[in-house]
Amino acid sequence: MEQDILLQAQDLTKYFPVTKGLVLQKTVGWVQAVDHVNFTIPRGKTLSLVGESGCGKTTTAKLILRLEKPTTGQITLDGHDVHTIEGDELKKYHTDVSAVFQDPWSSLSPRMRVRDIISEALIVNQKVQKHEAYERVDELLVQVGLRTQQSTLYPHEFSGGQRQRLALASALVGNPKLIVLDEPVSALDVSIQAQIMNLLKELQDSYDVGFLLVAHNLATVRYLAHEVAVMYLGEIVEQAETDELYDNTLHPYTKALFSAALTANPDSQREEIILHGEVPSPINPPSGCRFHQRCPYVMDICSQEVPVRKEMAPGHFVNCHLY
Amino acid sequence: MTSTQEVYQEPEKKIGEVVLDVRDLRTYLYTKWGITKAVDGLSFQVREGETLGIVGESGCGKSMTALSLLRLAPKPAARTVSGQIFLDGEDILERSESDMRFIRGQKISMILQDPMTSLNPVYTIGNQMNEALGLYYKGEQSKSIKGRAVDILRKMGVAAPERRVLDYPHQMSGGMKQRVVGAMAISGTPRVLICDEPTTALDVTIQAQYLRLLKQVQADTGVAIIFITHDMGVVAKMCDRVMVMYAGKIVETGDVRPLFKNPSHPYTKALMASVPSMEVSHIDKLYSIEGQPPALFDLPVGCRFANRCEFADDKCFAEYPPTFADESGHTADCWRLEGQWKRVAEATA
Repeated sequence: MEQDILLQAQDLTKYFPVTKGLVLQKTVGWVQAVDHVNFTIPRGKTLSLVGESGCGKTTTAKLILRLEKPTTGQITLDGHDVHTIEGDELKKYHTDVSAVFQDPWSSLSPRMRVRDIISEALIVNQKVQKHEAYERVDELLVQVGLRTQQSTLYPHEFSGGQRQRLALASALVGNPKLIVLDEPVSALDVSIQAQIMNLLKELQDSYDVGFLLVAHNLATVRYLAHEVAVMYLGEIVEQAETDELYDNTLHPYTKALFSAALTANPDSQREEIILHGEVPSPINPPSGCRFHQRCPYVMDICSQEVPVRKEMAPGHFVNCHLY
Repeated sequence: MTSTQEVYQEPEKKIGEVVLDVRDLRTYLYTKWGITKAVDGLSFQVREGETLGIVGESGCGKSMTALSLLRLAPKPAARTVSGQIFLDGEDILERSESDMRFIRGQKISMILQDPMTSLNPVYTIGNQMNEALGLYYKGEQSKSIKGRAVDILRKMGVAAPERRVLDYPHQMSGGMKQRVVGAMAISGTPRVLICDEPTTALDVTIQAQYLRLLKQVQADTGVAIIFITHDMGVVAKMCDRVMVMYAGKIVETGDVRPLFKNPSHPYTKALMASVPSMEVSHIDKLYSIEGQPPALFDLPVGCRFANRCEFADDKCFAEYPPTFADESGHTADCWRLEGQWKRVAEATA
């Protein structure tokens, strides 16, 4: 079955220069934050990027939001190149793609009323009249589980979970096609996390909106994502549908990452794999496979050749010399 | 496929005498909204070599409990109004502030959540470690103190500690900084180590390394660990016993296994049900607790969880429940256990 592709990233690469000197800045190296990454997000589905800090998941999210320009490669939304559009099309892009960030304390302006925060994108990008926009705000507040009477309050009058609901409402205001969720629940309490995760699922169904979920909690990802891509040092090392990946991890890094995640079950008999050392610097990443220095299965070829992407099962891709 | 992979072996566990005995501890904050009962009548014990987990959501009083144990609760707002804290049989609430300076670090010490804010950015690691060590080993030559710092860092798994002592905090990664903070905390060979969410800021594979290290340190030194966290996975991995806190009170305690298998307080049950699992697929809807915990300066007379509890009846709203216990020492404060479990303590709300 041909899937309805919403967003496609092809050969996406982002290098940040490392400079030396104050006036005559000399580039002495490159941080290879995202390196030749390919993925697609089908309409109304969730793709999750998982990995440890510094693996490039947030940079990928920023590239989609046009907060960074790619070094090479491109991102297309419904067939249009995201980084070349201008003018009215760009305004439309900003309503089609929105974001919810980790910290609901810093993502809402403390000096604006809730209804102005939520309607701002509508008024700026779609030139909607204020009173119409406010009607939409009331509708959204109910959908995210708040009351319409709360629209004239300021953000400080809300708790963390409620603020995250507000952030979701303002992300949804323009009927977006894609929402980038950067750690949407990790700053919240356990009992509130469940409320927000359920809300995210409900809203995805009713709006048919695609999610790019950036998260490090593997249980959250399993609950929300349809497809998962595991990143390590700027590269996607393994990618598959959620259940396939969780039941059948192939890449040694994925195995180690999953074995290190803790479950709330004291009798869990999963073996723990020891990974030595830390993630190397992305400025001069290791040659060959970037994971080879920490890999328990390392072979001679791993330090010499970059592994190519192989499809091990339908839709299950892995970059590793073992296979 | 051949593998050189190492599978982790747990160090052996030895649990000894009671080191810390806390009785009816109450720390209140005097604020403009009224008296905030952050720690409201806590009693618990920790034994040598044992790890006690304190679980709960933000604002339930976990961190205030930790600070009260060190007598570092923020002054002047916070006051420990009643209770006793026996550390090796001695009530530290009776000691003077100058005595406390020696008790902190050598008898009881703490690792905080964020390693960046607990290290001073303008001094080298070695400099900061020597400051504390100089206090513990008064009169020792500075050379031998430096040697001690290097040894402790090595014990905490810091590679090339001779060179690392010359580094500033910004030259280290988060996991490495947390190891340094851990090294400082154990440098006075304390009897009790309080860990307040020590791995929340770390990546999962680094978290796994760090938790393993703490277990090793505990096996080597017999230190009692109080582990404060909101992560049920960390509790399952690290702790021997758990204490669940809600709105300033302990609502349930017990050994990890029975408590996780058979949570008896509705709050614990709900909390566990609302955590998604990595091992289960296709959940349509996650269980979620509606509403929010009560404000600590405006607490209800009855059970503090009653307004969010699906089993609550009139009695729950009218009267705080006493503590009930089963044969294994698993306790919970809930009226629903009346008749099933033995009543062991009266309500002190």
